[in-house]
Amino acid sequence: MVSDASDMFPTQFKILIAGGFGVGKTTFVGTVSEIAPLTTEETLTSASEGTDHLTGVENKVTTTVAMDFGRITFAMQNMVLYLFGTPGQNRFWFMWDELSRGALGAVVLADTRRLQDCFAAVEFFERRGIKFLVAINEFDGAYRYQADEIRSALELDASVPLVRCDARNMRSASNALITLVEHIVAKSSSRTTEDSVDVNRIRS
Amino acid sequence: MARPDEGATPDAELWVRPYTVINGRTRPSTVLDLTSLVRATGKGLVGPEQLGHEHAQALQLCHSPTSVAEVAAHLRQPVMVAKVLLSDLIDSGAITARFPAVLGTTDPALLEKLLDGLRRL
Repeated sequence: MVSDASDMFPTQFKILIAGGFGVGKTTFVGTVSEIAPLTTEETLTSASEGTDHLTGVENKVTTTVAMDFGRITFAMQNMVLYLFGTPGQNRFWFMWDELSRGALGAVVLADTRRLQDCFAAVEFFERRGIKFLVAINEFDGAYRYQADEIRSALELDASVPLVRCDARNMRSASNALITLVEHIVAKSSSRTTEDSVDVNRIRS
Repeated sequence: MARPDEGATPDAELWVRPYTVINGRTRPSTVLDLTSLVRATGKGLVGPEQLGHEHAQALQLCHSPTSVAEVAAHLRQPVMVAKVLLSDLIDSGAITARFPAVLGTTDPALLEKLLDGLRRL
């Protein structure tokens, strides 16, 4: 690897924005990013839609996996935060490995009308030991559930923060990021801090 | 059930071009991550006029430290193609790369700085 004087490069952080299709990942990335969300593509050869296993080379089709990403530069701190929207479909899960490598943490966006869509993301981060929070992207007209109802529906560990969020709103979306980073700081600094967290806390 | 945000639409034209750009190679000579930062050195064994169009385009995007993901997005090429192009440029000395060593740090001091930045947004 070619290296360079490290002070010329900013400190980098990566946060993943996960959740089911249509839950607002792209919106979230676009709201907080200083650049218009860019889409990168990864090509892959996979079995065609509707099959769960490779049935033969002749049935393979080449598809792309699109990932949205955005960036926030903190010039004063010489830091850059990258936000990656994860591909929603299950068959692109292998992409999550590269995406999650070195990730600081993740925001799992959930829509109360289709809560099951975020189960897979919650499970993925739990298994990998990646710290995350669940942000309920409150869609107009969606029934407002109580925090504990959502927690039990997701079988969410008591220490995982649950916040409400409007992915279209800068303040609301950046608050979700702040809560996530605070959670990571608390988790990694001391166990006693963790015990004092109100498990049913839910922020607007 | 092709979904728009997953880009699952096979596009014959697109699928011929990208790997032609890199002569069918699918492995970059340097290991690069999506968030690896690349930056032009202002030097290089190959002059700009000798670079292919895509290499020159990639080099142009590296004036300031830029992530591999961003280069790929601007080139409108798959990530792997961008990685191969960039690793060619690294081999020629035209750009330098840094694997994000501090990525995923839980250093409280760094995280506090990050929080400070987020709160000022």
